[in-house]
Amino acid sequence: MLRHAARRLVSRTAAAPTARRALATAEVPAEAAEDSTFVEAWKKVAPNIEPPTTPLSLMQPRPPTPATIPTKLTVNFVLPYKSEIANKEVDMVIVPATTGQMGVLPGHVATIAELKPGVLSVHEGNDVTKYFVSSGFAFVHANSIADIVAVEAVPVDQIDPALVQKGLADFTAKLGSASTDLEKAEAQIGVDVHSALNAALTG
Amino acid sequence: MAMAALRREGRRILLSPTVPNPSPAAASAAVTRSSAISQPCTPLGARSISTQVVRNRMKSVKNIQKITKAMKMVAASKLRAVQTRTENSRGLWQPFTALLGDTPSVDVKKNVIVAITSDKGLCGGINSTSVKVSRALHKLTSGPEKESKYVILGEKGKVQLVRDSRNSIEMTVTELQKNPINYTQIAVLADDILKNVEYDALRVIFNKFHSVILFKPTMVTILSPEVAEKESEAGGKMGDLDSYEIEGGETKSEILQNLAEFQFSCVLYNGALENACSELGARMSAMDSSSRNAGDMLDRLTLTYNRTRQASITTELIEIISGASALEG
Repeated sequence: MLRHAARRLVSRTAAAPTARRALATAEVPAEAAEDSTFVEAWKKVAPNIEPPTTPLSLMQPRPPTPATIPTKLTVNFVLPYKSEIANKEVDMVIVPATTGQMGVLPGHVATIAELKPGVLSVHEGNDVTKYFVSSGFAFVHANSIADIVAVEAVPVDQIDPALVQKGLADFTAKLGSASTDLEKAEAQIGVDVHSALNAALTG
Repeated sequence: MAMAALRREGRRILLSPTVPNPSPAAASAAVTRSSAISQPCTPLGARSISTQVVRNRMKSVKNIQKITKAMKMVAASKLRAVQTRTENSRGLWQPFTALLGDTPSVDVKKNVIVAITSDKGLCGGINSTSVKVSRALHKLTSGPEKESKYVILGEKGKVQLVRDSRNSIEMTVTELQKNPINYTQIAVLADDILKNVEYDALRVIFNKFHSVILFKPTMVTILSPEVAEKESEAGGKMGDLDSYEIEGGETKSEILQNLAEFQFSCVLYNGALENACSELGARMSAMDSSSRNAGDMLDRLTLTYNRTRQASITTELIEIISGASALEG
Protein backbone atom coordinates (compact mmCIF):
# COMPACT_ATOMS: atom_id res chain seq x y z
CA MET A 1 0.00 0.00 0.00
CA LEU A 2 2.79 2.49 0.87
CA ARG A 3 4.78 1.49 -2.18
CA HIS A 4 1.82 2.34 -4.40
CA ALA A 5 1.47 5.65 -2.67
CA ALA A 6 5.15 6.33 -3.05
CA ARG A 7 4.96 5.51 -6.75
CA ARG A 8 1.98 7.78 -7.17
CA LEU A 9 3.72 10.62 -5.32
CA VAL A 10 6.85 10.12 -7.37
CA SER A 11 4.98 10.22 -10.67
CA ARG A 12 3.24 13.39 -9.55
CA THR A 13 6.42 15.20 -8.67
CA ALA A 14 8.31 13.74 -11.55
CA ALA A 15 10.42 16.79 -12.32
CA ALA A 16 11.96 17.41 -8.88
CA PRO A 17 13.35 13.95 -8.01
CA THR A 18 14.89 13.44 -11.43
CA ALA A 19 16.70 16.75 -11.18
CA ARG A 20 17.96 15.81 -7.74
CA ARG A 21 18.91 12.36 -8.94
CA ALA A 22 20.97 13.90 -11.72
CA LEU A 23 22.86 15.97 -9.16
CA ALA A 24 23.29 12.99 -6.85
CA THR A 25 25.01 10.83 -9.46
CA ALA A 26 27.74 13.43 -9.81
CA GLU A 27 28.97 12.71 -6.27
CA VAL A 28 29.15 8.93 -6.38
CA PRO A 29 32.50 8.38 -8.23
CA ALA A 30 35.55 6.91 -6.54
CA GLU A 31 34.23 6.90 -2.97
CA ALA A 32 31.98 3.92 -3.66
CA ALA A 33 34.97 1.73 -4.40
CA GLU A 34 36.45 2.31 -0.97
CA ASP A 35 33.50 0.74 0.79
CA SER A 36 33.61 -2.40 -1.35
CA THR A 37 34.89 -4.66 1.43
CA PHE A 38 32.02 -3.55 3.59
CA VAL A 39 29.47 -3.99 0.82
CA GLU A 40 30.74 -7.49 0.05
CA ALA A 41 30.71 -8.55 3.68
CA TRP A 42 27.21 -7.12 3.95
CA LYS A 43 25.96 -9.02 0.93
CA LYS A 44 27.14 -12.27 2.45
CA VAL A 45 25.26 -11.67 5.67
CA ALA A 46 22.13 -9.93 4.40
CA PRO A 47 21.73 -10.40 0.66
CA ASN A 48 18.19 -9.06 0.48
CA ILE A 49 18.75 -5.82 2.32
CA GLU A 50 20.55 -2.93 0.71
CA PRO A 51 23.65 -1.87 2.63
CA PRO A 52 23.41 1.48 4.40
CA THR A 53 25.07 4.49 2.82
CA THR A 54 28.19 5.80 4.48
CA PRO A 55 29.34 9.38 4.94
CA LEU A 56 32.04 9.20 2.28
CA SER A 57 29.43 8.80 -0.42
CA LEU A 58 27.52 11.77 0.94
CA MET A 59 30.21 14.40 0.89
CA GLN A 60 32.17 16.12 -1.78
CA PRO A 61 35.63 14.59 -2.05
CA ARG A 62 38.38 16.89 -0.88
CA PRO A 63 41.02 18.09 -3.36
CA PRO A 64 44.45 16.46 -3.06
CA THR A 65 47.52 18.24 -1.75
CA PRO A 66 48.83 20.56 -4.47
CA ALA A 67 52.50 20.58 -5.39
CA THR A 68 53.04 24.30 -4.68
CA ILE A 69 51.70 26.21 -1.73
CA PRO A 70 48.40 27.83 -2.72
CA THR A 71 47.87 31.52 -2.20
CA LYS A 72 44.65 31.30 -0.29
CA LEU A 73 43.37 29.26 2.61
CA THR A 74 39.92 27.67 2.29
CA VAL A 75 38.02 27.92 5.53
CA ASN A 76 34.98 25.98 6.76
CA PHE A 77 33.60 27.19 10.06
CA VAL A 78 30.68 25.08 11.28
CA LEU A 79 28.43 25.26 14.29
CA PRO A 80 25.75 22.75 15.25
CA TYR A 81 22.98 25.06 14.14
CA LYS A 82 24.56 26.50 11.03
CA SER A 83 27.57 26.64 8.76
CA GLU A 84 28.99 30.05 9.51
CA ILE A 85 31.62 30.03 6.78
CA ALA A 86 31.59 27.49 3.99
CA ASN A 87 34.46 27.12 1.51
CA LYS A 88 35.56 30.71 1.74
CA GLU A 89 39.00 31.67 0.47
CA VAL A 90 40.85 33.83 2.96
CA ASP A 91 44.38 34.92 3.69
CA MET A 92 44.73 33.88 7.30
CA VAL A 93 42.80 32.67 10.33
CA ILE A 94 43.87 32.95 13.94
CA VAL A 95 42.39 30.23 16.13
CA PRO A 96 42.39 30.17 19.94
CA ALA A 97 44.10 26.84 20.53
CA THR A 98 44.68 25.57 24.05
CA THR A 99 48.38 26.41 23.63
CA GLY A 100 47.57 29.99 22.65
CA GLN A 101 46.52 31.93 19.58
CA MET A 102 47.61 30.03 16.51
CA GLY A 103 47.86 31.68 13.13
CA VAL A 104 47.08 29.52 10.11
CA LEU A 105 48.37 30.55 6.69
CA PRO A 106 48.11 28.72 3.38
CA GLY A 107 50.62 25.91 3.34
CA HIS A 108 50.43 25.40 7.11
CA VAL A 109 51.50 21.96 8.27
CA ALA A 110 48.64 19.54 8.88
CA THR A 111 47.44 20.07 12.44
CA ILE A 112 44.73 18.99 14.83
CA ALA A 113 44.17 21.66 17.45
CA GLU A 114 41.80 21.63 20.38
CA LEU A 115 40.28 25.05 21.00
CA LYS A 116 39.69 26.90 24.24
CA PRO A 117 37.24 29.78 24.71
CA GLY A 118 38.64 32.72 22.81
CA VAL A 119 38.55 34.85 19.73
CA LEU A 120 38.73 33.46 16.23
CA SER A 121 39.63 36.01 13.60
CA VAL A 122 39.35 35.59 9.88
CA HIS A 123 41.55 37.85 7.77
CA GLU A 124 40.54 38.50 4.18
CA GLY A 125 42.53 41.27 2.55
CA ASN A 126 41.85 44.19 4.85
CA ASP A 127 38.68 42.77 6.45
CA VAL A 128 38.93 41.07 9.78
CA THR A 129 35.90 39.22 11.15
CA LYS A 130 36.14 38.23 14.79
CA TYR A 131 34.06 35.56 16.49
CA PHE A 132 34.12 34.47 20.08
CA VAL A 133 34.10 30.65 20.11
CA SER A 134 33.28 28.58 23.15
CA SER A 135 35.40 25.57 22.30
CA GLY A 136 35.83 22.96 19.65
CA PHE A 137 38.41 21.63 17.27
CA ALA A 138 40.34 23.00 14.35
CA PHE A 139 41.76 20.78 11.63
CA VAL A 140 44.24 22.12 9.15
CA HIS A 141 44.77 19.80 6.23
CA ALA A 142 47.78 19.52 3.99
CA ASN A 143 45.79 20.86 1.03
CA SER A 144 45.33 24.24 2.73
CA ILE A 145 41.81 23.64 3.89
CA ALA A 146 41.00 24.58 7.48
CA ASP A 147 37.96 23.10 9.20
CA ILE A 148 36.88 24.71 12.42
CA VAL A 149 34.13 22.98 14.38
CA ALA A 150 32.85 24.92 17.37
CA VAL A 151 29.99 24.37 19.73
CA GLU A 152 28.96 28.01 20.00
CA ALA A 153 30.24 31.17 18.38
CA VAL A 154 29.10 34.78 18.34
CA PRO A 155 30.49 37.76 16.47
CA VAL A 156 32.43 39.84 18.96
CA ASP A 157 30.36 42.98 18.40
CA GLN A 158 27.26 41.18 19.67
CA ILE A 159 28.66 40.59 23.17
CA ASP A 160 27.20 42.72 25.95
CA PRO A 161 30.00 43.97 28.26
CA ALA A 162 27.70 44.51 31.25
CA LEU A 163 26.51 40.90 31.18
CA VAL A 164 30.12 39.71 30.86
CA GLN A 165 31.18 41.59 34.01
CA LYS A 166 28.16 40.33 35.88
CA GLY A 167 28.80 36.75 34.81
CA LEU A 168 32.45 37.00 35.79
CA ALA A 169 31.52 38.29 39.24
CA ASP A 170 28.88 35.56 39.67
CA PHE A 171 31.19 32.72 38.76
CA THR A 172 34.08 34.05 40.83
CA ALA A 173 31.73 34.12 43.82
CA LYS A 174 30.56 30.57 43.04
CA LEU A 175 34.15 29.41 42.77
CA GLY A 176 34.84 30.81 46.22
CA SER A 177 31.84 29.10 47.76
CA ALA A 178 32.05 25.81 45.85
CA SER A 179 32.24 22.71 47.99
CA THR A 180 32.24 19.65 45.74
CA ASP A 181 34.71 19.02 42.94
CA LEU A 182 31.95 19.18 40.37
CA GLU A 183 30.82 22.61 41.54
CA LYS A 184 34.42 23.80 41.59
CA ALA A 185 34.96 22.56 38.06
CA GLU A 186 31.76 24.19 36.79
CA ALA A 187 32.60 27.49 38.48
CA GLN A 188 36.14 27.37 37.11
CA ILE A 189 34.84 26.85 33.60
CA GLY A 190 32.49 29.80 34.05
CA VAL A 191 35.33 32.00 35.24
CA ASP A 192 37.56 30.94 32.33
CA VAL A 193 34.92 31.64 29.72
CA HIS A 194 33.97 35.00 31.15
CA SER A 195 37.57 36.15 31.50
CA ALA A 196 38.14 35.13 27.89
CA LEU A 197 35.03 37.10 26.91
CA ASN A 198 36.40 40.05 28.82
CA ALA A 199 39.72 39.78 27.02
CA ALA A 200 37.90 39.49 23.71
CA LEU A 201 36.02 42.71 24.34
CA THR A 202 39.08 44.66 25.37
CA GLY A 203 41.69 43.11 23.06
CA MET B 1 -41.22 5.80 10.44
CA ALA B 2 -44.56 4.04 10.22
CA MET B 3 -43.43 2.34 7.04
CA ALA B 4 -40.32 1.12 8.85
CA ALA B 5 -42.43 -0.29 11.67
CA LEU B 6 -44.74 -2.03 9.18
CA ARG B 7 -41.70 -3.34 7.37
CA ARG B 8 -40.34 -4.77 10.58
CA GLU B 9 -43.69 -6.36 11.41
CA GLY B 10 -43.87 -7.86 7.95
CA ARG B 11 -40.43 -9.34 8.39
CA ARG B 12 -41.28 -10.89 11.72
CA ILE B 13 -44.50 -12.50 10.44
CA LEU B 14 -42.76 -13.79 7.37
CA LEU B 15 -39.74 -15.20 9.11
CA SER B 16 -41.47 -17.25 11.83
CA PRO B 17 -43.01 -19.98 9.65
CA THR B 18 -39.92 -20.40 7.50
CA VAL B 19 -37.49 -22.79 9.14
CA PRO B 20 -34.05 -22.09 7.70
CA ASN B 21 -34.37 -18.35 8.05
CA PRO B 22 -31.34 -16.19 7.75
CA SER B 23 -31.44 -13.49 10.41
CA PRO B 24 -31.88 -10.01 9.07
CA ALA B 25 -28.55 -9.03 10.56
CA ALA B 26 -26.78 -11.78 8.67
CA ALA B 27 -28.59 -10.83 5.50
CA SER B 28 -27.64 -7.19 5.77
CA ALA B 29 -24.09 -8.11 6.71
CA ALA B 30 -23.91 -10.34 3.67
CA VAL B 31 -25.09 -7.46 1.53
CA THR B 32 -22.55 -5.04 2.91
CA ARG B 33 -19.77 -7.57 2.65
CA SER B 34 -20.44 -8.19 -0.99
CA SER B 35 -20.14 -4.51 -1.65
CA ALA B 36 -18.70 -4.95 -5.09
CA ILE B 37 -21.59 -7.09 -6.36
CA SER B 38 -25.14 -6.01 -5.57
CA GLN B 39 -27.59 -8.67 -4.43
CA PRO B 40 -30.94 -6.97 -4.07
CA CYS B 41 -32.90 -10.18 -3.58
CA THR B 42 -32.01 -11.90 -0.32
CA PRO B 43 -33.09 -15.49 0.14
CA LEU B 44 -36.07 -16.78 2.02
CA GLY B 45 -38.16 -13.71 2.54
CA ALA B 46 -36.02 -11.33 4.59
CA ARG B 47 -37.42 -8.32 2.99
CA SER B 48 -35.81 -4.95 3.62
CA ILE B 49 -32.16 -4.66 4.27
CA SER B 50 -31.02 -2.30 6.96
CA THR B 51 -28.78 0.46 5.72
CA GLN B 52 -27.77 1.28 9.27
CA VAL B 53 -24.67 -0.89 9.20
CA VAL B 54 -23.40 0.72 6.03
CA ARG B 55 -24.14 4.16 7.36
CA ASN B 56 -22.20 3.50 10.55
CA ARG B 57 -19.28 2.24 8.57
CA MET B 58 -19.34 5.34 6.38
CA LYS B 59 -19.34 7.63 9.39
CA SER B 60 -16.34 5.95 10.96
CA VAL B 61 -14.40 5.90 7.69
CA LYS B 62 -15.09 9.59 7.19
CA ASN B 63 -13.82 10.34 10.68
CA ILE B 64 -10.67 8.37 10.00
CA GLN B 65 -10.14 10.30 6.81
CA LYS B 66 -10.41 13.59 8.69
CA ILE B 67 -7.96 12.44 11.34
CA THR B 68 -5.37 11.24 8.86
CA LYS B 69 -5.64 14.45 6.84
CA ALA B 70 -5.07 16.48 9.99
CA MET B 71 -2.09 14.32 10.96
CA LYS B 72 -0.59 14.82 7.53
CA MET B 73 -0.85 18.60 7.82
CA VAL B 74 0.64 18.58 11.31
CA ALA B 75 3.55 16.47 10.08
CA ALA B 76 4.05 18.79 7.10
CA SER B 77 4.25 21.89 9.28
CA LYS B 78 6.61 20.24 11.75
CA LEU B 79 8.76 19.03 8.88
CA ARG B 80 9.28 22.53 7.56
CA ALA B 81 10.71 23.62 10.89
CA VAL B 82 13.00 20.63 11.41
CA GLN B 83 14.19 20.55 7.82
CA THR B 84 15.93 23.92 8.00
CA ARG B 85 17.74 22.90 11.18
CA THR B 86 18.78 19.60 9.66
CA GLU B 87 20.19 21.22 6.57
CA ASN B 88 22.14 23.67 8.70
CA SER B 89 23.59 20.86 10.75
CA ARG B 90 24.79 18.90 7.73
CA GLY B 91 28.15 20.65 7.74
CA LEU B 92 28.87 19.42 11.24
CA TRP B 93 30.12 15.91 10.56
CA GLN B 94 31.97 16.65 7.32
CA PRO B 95 35.21 17.95 8.87
CA PHE B 96 35.52 14.76 10.90
CA THR B 97 35.06 12.53 7.89
CA ALA B 98 37.50 14.69 5.94
CA LEU B 99 40.08 14.21 8.69
CA LEU B 100 39.54 10.64 9.76
CA GLY B 101 37.87 9.10 6.74
CA ASP B 102 35.23 6.44 7.16
CA THR B 103 36.11 2.82 7.77
CA PRO B 104 32.91 0.80 7.83
CA SER B 105 34.75 -2.46 7.30
CA VAL B 106 36.99 -2.06 10.32
CA ASP B 107 37.44 -5.25 12.28
CA VAL B 108 37.22 -4.73 16.01
CA LYS B 109 36.34 -6.73 19.08
CA LYS B 110 33.69 -4.54 20.63
CA ASN B 111 31.11 -3.01 18.35
CA VAL B 112 28.32 -0.86 19.62
CA ILE B 113 25.41 -0.24 17.30
CA VAL B 114 23.58 2.99 18.09
CA ALA B 115 20.20 2.85 16.35
CA ILE B 116 18.16 6.05 16.16
CA THR B 117 14.43 5.39 15.83
CA SER B 118 11.25 7.30 16.54
CA ASP B 119 9.05 7.27 19.61
CA LYS B 120 5.72 7.58 17.87
CA GLY B 121 4.27 5.26 15.29
CA LEU B 122 2.21 5.71 12.13
CA CYS B 123 5.32 6.74 10.26
CA GLY B 124 5.57 4.13 7.56
CA GLY B 125 8.43 1.67 7.45
CA ILE B 126 11.42 3.70 8.57
CA ASN B 127 11.74 2.12 11.98
CA SER B 128 11.50 -1.38 10.56
CA THR B 129 14.19 -0.49 8.03
CA SER B 130 16.50 0.80 10.74
CA VAL B 131 15.94 -2.30 12.83
CA LYS B 132 16.54 -4.60 9.86
CA VAL B 133 19.81 -2.85 9.07
CA SER B 134 20.84 -2.96 12.73
CA ARG B 135 20.13 -6.67 12.92
CA ALA B 136 22.13 -7.37 9.77
CA LEU B 137 24.97 -5.27 11.13
CA HIS B 138 24.84 -7.20 14.36
CA LYS B 139 25.18 -10.42 12.41
CA LEU B 140 28.00 -8.94 10.40
CA THR B 141 30.00 -7.76 13.37
CA SER B 142 29.51 -10.70 15.71
CA GLY B 143 31.84 -13.58 15.48
CA PRO B 144 34.01 -15.89 17.52
CA GLU B 145 36.06 -13.17 19.16
CA LYS B 146 33.94 -10.16 18.43
CA GLU B 147 30.75 -9.05 20.01
CA SER B 148 28.32 -6.29 19.32
CA LYS B 149 25.83 -4.55 21.53
CA TYR B 150 22.91 -2.21 20.93
CA VAL B 151 22.20 1.24 22.23
CA ILE B 152 18.70 2.18 21.15
CA LEU B 153 17.30 5.68 20.94
CA GLY B 154 13.53 5.68 20.51
CA GLU B 155 10.62 3.60 21.68
CA LYS B 156 9.83 1.89 18.37
CA GLY B 157 13.30 0.46 17.94
CA LYS B 158 13.34 -0.79 21.50
CA VAL B 159 10.04 -2.62 21.07
CA GLN B 160 11.26 -4.42 17.96
CA LEU B 161 14.74 -5.30 19.16
CA VAL B 162 13.75 -6.39 22.64
CA ARG B 163 11.95 -9.35 21.10
CA ASP B 164 14.97 -11.27 19.96
CA SER B 165 18.09 -9.43 21.09
CA ARG B 166 17.22 -8.55 24.66
CA ASN B 167 20.60 -9.61 25.98
CA SER B 168 22.54 -7.55 23.52
CA ILE B 169 20.86 -4.28 24.40
CA GLU B 170 23.17 -2.18 26.49
CA MET B 171 20.94 0.83 27.06
CA THR B 172 17.81 2.48 25.68
CA VAL B 173 16.82 6.12 25.59
CA THR B 174 13.26 7.27 24.95
CA GLU B 175 11.45 10.61 24.77
CA LEU B 176 14.15 12.18 22.72
CA GLN B 177 11.79 14.59 20.98
CA LYS B 178 9.83 15.82 23.96
CA ASN B 179 11.59 19.15 23.52
CA PRO B 180 12.94 20.17 20.13
CA ILE B 181 16.28 18.51 19.56
CA ASN B 182 19.20 20.77 20.44
CA TYR B 183 22.90 20.21 20.68
CA THR B 184 23.17 20.49 24.46
CA GLN B 185 20.69 17.69 25.02
CA ILE B 186 22.44 15.46 22.52
CA ALA B 187 25.85 16.26 23.98
CA VAL B 188 24.68 15.20 27.44
CA LEU B 189 23.20 12.04 25.94
CA ALA B 190 26.40 11.24 24.07
CA ASP B 191 28.37 11.72 27.26
CA ASP B 192 26.02 9.34 29.04
CA ILE B 193 26.39 6.68 26.37
CA LEU B 194 30.16 6.94 26.25
CA LYS B 195 30.41 6.65 30.00
CA ASN B 196 28.31 3.52 30.25
CA VAL B 197 29.37 1.60 27.20
CA GLU B 198 32.72 0.08 26.34
CA TYR B 199 33.43 0.29 22.67
CA ASP B 200 36.08 -0.11 20.03
CA ALA B 201 33.87 1.11 17.25
CA LEU B 202 30.55 2.90 17.38
CA ARG B 203 28.19 2.55 14.48
CA VAL B 204 25.39 5.08 14.36
CA ILE B 205 22.42 4.08 12.21
CA PHE B 206 19.74 6.51 11.19
CA ASN B 207 17.52 7.36 8.20
CA LYS B 208 19.01 10.18 6.23
CA PHE B 209 16.54 12.63 4.81
CA HIS B 210 17.10 13.09 1.09
CA SER B 211 13.62 14.37 0.25
CA VAL B 212 10.05 14.09 1.46
CA ILE B 213 9.67 10.70 -0.17
CA LEU B 214 13.23 9.39 0.00
CA PHE B 215 14.97 8.31 3.20
CA LYS B 216 17.99 6.06 3.13
CA PRO B 217 19.46 4.16 6.06
CA THR B 218 22.91 5.55 6.74
CA MET B 219 25.70 4.29 8.92
CA VAL B 220 28.51 6.33 10.38
CA THR B 221 31.47 4.60 12.00
CA ILE B 222 33.35 6.21 14.87
CA LEU B 223 36.47 4.55 16.16
CA SER B 224 37.69 4.73 19.70
CA PRO B 225 41.01 6.57 20.09
CA GLU B 226 43.02 3.38 20.62
CA VAL B 227 41.63 1.76 17.50
CA ALA B 228 42.13 4.98 15.54
CA GLU B 229 45.80 5.03 16.51
CA LYS B 230 46.18 1.40 15.56
CA GLU B 231 44.53 1.95 12.19
CA SER B 232 46.65 5.01 11.45
CA GLU B 233 49.81 3.09 12.23
CA ALA B 234 48.67 0.27 10.01
CA GLY B 235 48.42 2.73 7.16
CA GLY B 236 45.80 2.55 4.48
CA LYS B 237 43.00 5.05 4.57
CA MET B 238 43.82 6.42 7.98
CA GLY B 239 47.53 6.51 7.46
CA ASP B 240 47.46 10.28 7.09
CA LEU B 241 46.40 10.75 10.68
CA ASP B 242 49.97 10.37 11.86
CA SER B 243 51.12 13.20 9.66
CA TYR B 244 48.97 15.66 11.58
CA GLU B 245 50.65 17.59 14.35
CA ILE B 246 48.77 17.79 17.57
CA GLU B 247 48.47 21.18 19.20
CA GLY B 248 47.60 21.48 22.81
CA GLY B 249 46.88 18.99 25.53
CA GLU B 250 49.51 16.87 27.16
CA THR B 251 49.39 13.74 25.09
CA LYS B 252 48.19 12.74 21.69
CA SER B 253 45.85 10.15 23.16
CA GLU B 254 44.07 12.78 25.26
CA ILE B 255 43.38 14.86 22.18
CA LEU B 256 42.22 11.83 20.23
CA GLN B 257 39.91 10.93 23.08
CA ASN B 258 38.35 14.38 23.06
CA LEU B 259 38.15 14.22 19.30
CA ALA B 260 36.31 10.91 19.32
CA GLU B 261 33.83 12.15 21.91
CA PHE B 262 33.22 15.38 20.04
CA GLN B 263 32.78 13.50 16.78
CA PHE B 264 30.26 11.19 18.39
CA SER B 265 28.16 14.04 19.73
CA CYS B 266 28.22 15.86 16.39
CA VAL B 267 27.29 12.75 14.43
CA LEU B 268 24.56 11.88 16.91
CA TYR B 269 23.13 15.40 16.66
CA ASN B 270 22.99 15.31 12.90
CA GLY B 271 21.64 11.75 12.93
CA ALA B 272 18.87 12.59 15.39
CA LEU B 273 17.78 15.58 13.30
CA GLU B 274 17.88 13.62 10.05
CA ASN B 275 15.89 10.82 11.59
CA ALA B 276 13.32 13.26 12.92
CA CYS B 277 12.95 14.73 9.43
CA SER B 278 12.62 11.28 7.88
CA GLU B 279 10.03 10.33 10.47
CA LEU B 280 7.92 13.36 9.66
CA GLY B 281 8.27 12.84 5.92
CA ALA B 282 7.32 9.18 6.24
CA ARG B 283 4.36 10.09 8.41
CA MET B 284 3.22 12.60 5.80
CA SER B 285 3.22 10.04 3.03
CA ALA B 286 1.69 7.33 5.22
CA MET B 287 -1.15 9.59 6.31
CA ASP B 288 -1.60 10.79 2.74
CA SER B 289 -2.06 7.26 1.42
CA SER B 290 -4.29 6.53 4.41
CA SER B 291 -6.65 9.39 3.62
CA ARG B 292 -6.68 8.41 -0.01
CA ASN B 293 -7.61 4.85 0.90
CA ALA B 294 -10.29 6.10 3.23
CA GLY B 295 -11.66 8.22 0.41
CA ASP B 296 -11.77 5.21 -1.92
CA MET B 297 -13.45 3.11 0.75
CA LEU B 298 -15.99 5.85 1.32
CA ASP B 299 -16.82 5.95 -2.40
CA ARG B 300 -17.37 2.23 -2.49
CA LEU B 301 -19.51 2.28 0.64
CA THR B 302 -21.59 5.14 -0.76
CA LEU B 303 -22.33 3.08 -3.84
CA THR B 304 -23.31 0.09 -1.75
CA TYR B 305 -25.48 2.27 0.45
CA ASN B 306 -27.30 3.76 -2.50
CA ARG B 307 -27.81 0.39 -4.09
CA THR B 308 -29.17 -1.07 -0.88
CA ARG B 309 -31.45 1.88 -0.33
CA GLN B 310 -32.77 1.78 -3.87
CA ALA B 311 -33.27 -1.97 -3.68
CA SER B 312 -35.37 -1.69 -0.56
CA ILE B 313 -37.47 1.11 -2.11
CA THR B 314 -38.00 -1.01 -5.21
CA THR B 315 -39.04 -3.98 -3.11
CA GLU B 316 -41.54 -1.86 -1.23
CA LEU B 317 -43.01 -0.50 -4.44
CA ILE B 318 -43.30 -3.97 -5.90
CA GLU B 319 -45.14 -5.17 -2.81
CA ILE B 320 -47.53 -2.26 -2.82
CA ILE B 321 -48.21 -2.52 -6.54
CA SER B 322 -48.67 -6.26 -6.52
CA GLY B 323 -50.90 -5.94 -3.46
CA ALA B 324 -52.95 -3.27 -5.22
CA SER B 325 -53.23 -5.28 -8.41
CA ALA B 326 -54.22 -8.37 -6.42
CA LEU B 327 -57.05 -6.34 -4.85
CA GLU B 328 -58.30 -5.09 -8.20
CA GLY B 329 -58.24 -8.09 -10.33
